[in-house]
Amino acid sequence: MTTSNYATERETTEGKVFTVTGGDWDTVVSGTDPINDERIVVNMGPQHPSTHGVLRLILELEGETVREARSVIGYLHTGIEKNLEYRNWVQGSTFVTRMDYLAPLFNETAYALAVEKLLGITDDITERANTIRVLMMELNRISSHLVWLATTGMELGAISIMLYGFREREYILDIFETITGLRMNHAYVRPGGVAQDVPDDAIVKIRNFLKMMPKKLKEYEDLLSGQPIWVERTKHVAVLDVTGCLALGVTGPVLRSAGLAWDLRKTMPYCGYETYEFDVPTHTDGDVWGRYQVRLAEIRESLKLVEQAVDRLSKPGPVMVADKKIAWPAQLAIGVDGMGNSLEHVAKIMGQSMESLIHHFKLVTEGFRVPPGQVYVGIESPRGELGVHAVSDGGTRPYRVHYREPSFINLQALPAMAEGGLIADVIAGGASLDPVMGGCDR
Amino acid sequence: MTAPNDSNNNGGVPVPVPPAGATSGAPAELPPASPAGRGMFGIHGTGDVSGFGGLVRQRTAIEDSPRPYGGYFDEVRDALEEAYPEFGDAIEKVVVDRGELTLHVRPERIAEVCQVMRDDLALRFELCSSVSGVDYLGAEERRLHVVYQLTSMTYRRRVRLEAAVSAEEPHLPSVTSVYPTADWQERETYDMFGIVFDGHPNLTRILMPDDWEGHPQRKDYPLGGVPVEYKGAEIPPPDKRRSYQ
Repeated sequence: MTTSNYATERETTEGKVFTVTGGDWDTVVSGTDPINDERIVVNMGPQHPSTHGVLRLILELEGETVREARSVIGYLHTGIEKNLEYRNWVQGSTFVTRMDYLAPLFNETAYALAVEKLLGITDDITERANTIRVLMMELNRISSHLVWLATTGMELGAISIMLYGFREREYILDIFETITGLRMNHAYVRPGGVAQDVPDDAIVKIRNFLKMMPKKLKEYEDLLSGQPIWVERTKHVAVLDVTGCLALGVTGPVLRSAGLAWDLRKTMPYCGYETYEFDVPTHTDGDVWGRYQVRLAEIRESLKLVEQAVDRLSKPGPVMVADKKIAWPAQLAIGVDGMGNSLEHVAKIMGQSMESLIHHFKLVTEGFRVPPGQVYVGIESPRGELGVHAVSDGGTRPYRVHYREPSFINLQALPAMAEGGLIADVIAGGASLDPVMGGCDR
Repeated sequence: MTAPNDSNNNGGVPVPVPPAGATSGAPAELPPASPAGRGMFGIHGTGDVSGFGGLVRQRTAIEDSPRPYGGYFDEVRDALEEAYPEFGDAIEKVVVDRGELTLHVRPERIAEVCQVMRDDLALRFELCSSVSGVDYLGAEERRLHVVYQLTSMTYRRRVRLEAAVSAEEPHLPSVTSVYPTADWQERETYDMFGIVFDGHPNLTRILMPDDWEGHPQRKDYPLGGVPVEYKGAEIPPPDKRRSYQ
């Protein structure tokens, strides 16, 4: 006969009868103190309003203190890198723009720079195309930082800043829509240049935005910087110093908040950034507060860059390389349903020139060939170094494209920031890394 | 057929060059290089009956670039040679292409080389920017390449290390002890290519589900997809469409 710890048993004519008593449970729990030293494992996400996207965190807690934190990613993996291998080089820009959905123009520019380096036409990119790229990237950096400010504010309980951040971002998306035809997923920066020139009404909108934005930044600072709750939740929270950042590969505002002024726009310039006047803001605390200060300062620097770029746009010029074997044949125009071929171009290829039609067809369906080789290009995205490793086998399609996504790399630092702190600071720390899961999982 | 042996025609990657005897780069003369290049109507090869489709594309071997390389590349090589006595044994090739330096490293030596690259005062590659893989299926015996992009913040230089392993024996040491940032990147490379990094603290899948079978970024792993009907016509999935390889 076996005896159970939890119940005594007795054989009867009806079968076994168990007598369950409550006494045993006391002996089971007497050795532990459920309030003070029980370690519990809490699963947070992947669907959680404050994990900054479909990120899952597994936290081992002791009371409110996080003892171990592990992040689980991959919920937004869409196989973009694999898909690129089945499309031609130009089509690639429509895929990569969907990776980090808050910084689509950075994804496109990094890809375009890599393809241009493979083609060996980096120096042939027109001045105006480079200026437009800088203009678009810096506007995009502002919109991305605004979303960071908005979502982080929301996650820390400051709902007003969430509304303000998204409201101002709307202006930038409106500018993007005027220029590219789309608010997101633009496919505007193409290998060889940009899809089409900036229309005049966009310049007016950008000028208005430049006038408005400094006042709004002042508003944000008035709202947050002196507010005791915001200060309490951010100062000395989720500290990571330069050594930690470099070991974990963390770049971007997080690295600069720890004091190292490493910004690829300055240290390894591309797209003509060396000809612009701007500073690299840093902070020394390496905490969430420092990252907040750095990002706000970066918005100001980006405004300076946008202003300089807009001034340079007064000089007209081509926005695509002259090589007709690479440049998209159509003169694109923005219609009511987005970007498409201009009617003039359609009339020409359909009615007047058979050669133009053939050329258009070949370039659009087959695409251009890229000589075999491999390159790595890194640019400064709002989250850090966005790198593209592109390999060509000499064909019309990428052989392999790998994105070094700053969201993916930076997220590795979360345990280093969170372990030993309070569970509420996991939210602040994770948010301060600004991970975008679309980019992280690709 | 003449074997192409111009060291600069393949950009330092083991990929096919156009077949010898071809008159131009017209697509019909180049048979598909990968299973993905299969034609729309189930045709193997190009479906072309001119005879050019029978030409075999040759794979070029990666060749050493001649010195001097130019730029800081000579300095990096000399510094590494000085700091690392086993240089001749560990470094298989040095390729300079498109203004980038690639050191092809014997896979079992990769962690040692990274250690020297990081710690030597004349090299100082403090940041490992990226670790990823490339599958050169059919190009060579050791088809799986692991590519490391190192960045020196002190000297503002970049260098690429490349280590090749075979699909049958896909093992090489992990560099996580030198660059902790390689942790997730090696996990991703394992997940996508099935390359095993010995000594990694927790080599599990990271993007794909834990019970996934196969390694999706390998070239012999199909893209997948289903045909879609649109206005009465059936559009095949992307990897089954007509392709120009």
